Amino acid sequence: MILHTVNKSPFEKNTLTSCLKHCKDGSSLLLIEDGVFAALSGTTFSEKVTEAMKKMNVYVLEPDLNARGVQDRLIDGIKKVDYAGYVDLAIEHDTVDAWL
Amino acid sequence: MADDMYEDEEYDGVVKKFMYVNRKAPYGTIYALESLEVVLIGAAFDQDISLAFIDDGVYQLKKGQDTKATEIKNFSPTYRALEMYDVEKLYVSKDSMQERGLSSDDLIVPVELLSNEQMADMMDQQDVILSF
Repeated sequence: MILHTVNKSPFEKNTLTSCLKHCKDGSSLLLIEDGVFAALSGTTFSEKVTEAMKKMNVYVLEPDLNARGVQDRLIDGIKKVDYAGYVDLAIEHDTVDAWL
Repeated sequence: MADDMYEDEEYDGVVKKFMYVNRKAPYGTIYALESLEVVLIGAAFDQDISLAFIDDGVYQLKKGQDTKATEIKNFSPTYRALEMYDVEKLYVSKDSMQERGLSSDDLIVPVELLSNEQMADMMDQQDVILSF
């Protein structure tokens, strides 16, 4: 299975939308850098991500979440990982697809 | 034309209306920090400065930024210091805030929330607009 990483804000680029269109059930999504804005509740993208969580594992890089001051509104069920956790995810998956 | 502009500023002390338009989230790219640097330069020259925050730019003002684990400098406290440089006109797009589920209570500084039309009018009144 693939670990997809998305580092762009969903409000600015269609990277996340395209990633979600091209990923298989059971794969994983890790939101990093400006991609963390997709992990937040109460936005116009929350529903899309909540929907994706039904078929894939969704993670967020905690240091990037905290840097942007949005740690208070993470969607329930998205798992936070630190840098070491990022490495673990990369090892656990067959391939990493870094969407840009 | 460019020469005239410089002469005006140097000899007549002309004050122009400068607006800095911020459309990018902080940290993912360097735009937000660079904008802040240029704002401070404008302030040093006693220009009439206003800041606009639209699209992901509204995230620049989000409370609670903690960059410790990323080892990037947290520059958000600088927005609170702008007042000391007489930069007090901060305009934020109401639409952009709503799309992101944010309210003015989520921001580190007092701002004026504007509709798209009000923001367009504000832009229309400027002599110089710098977009980041």
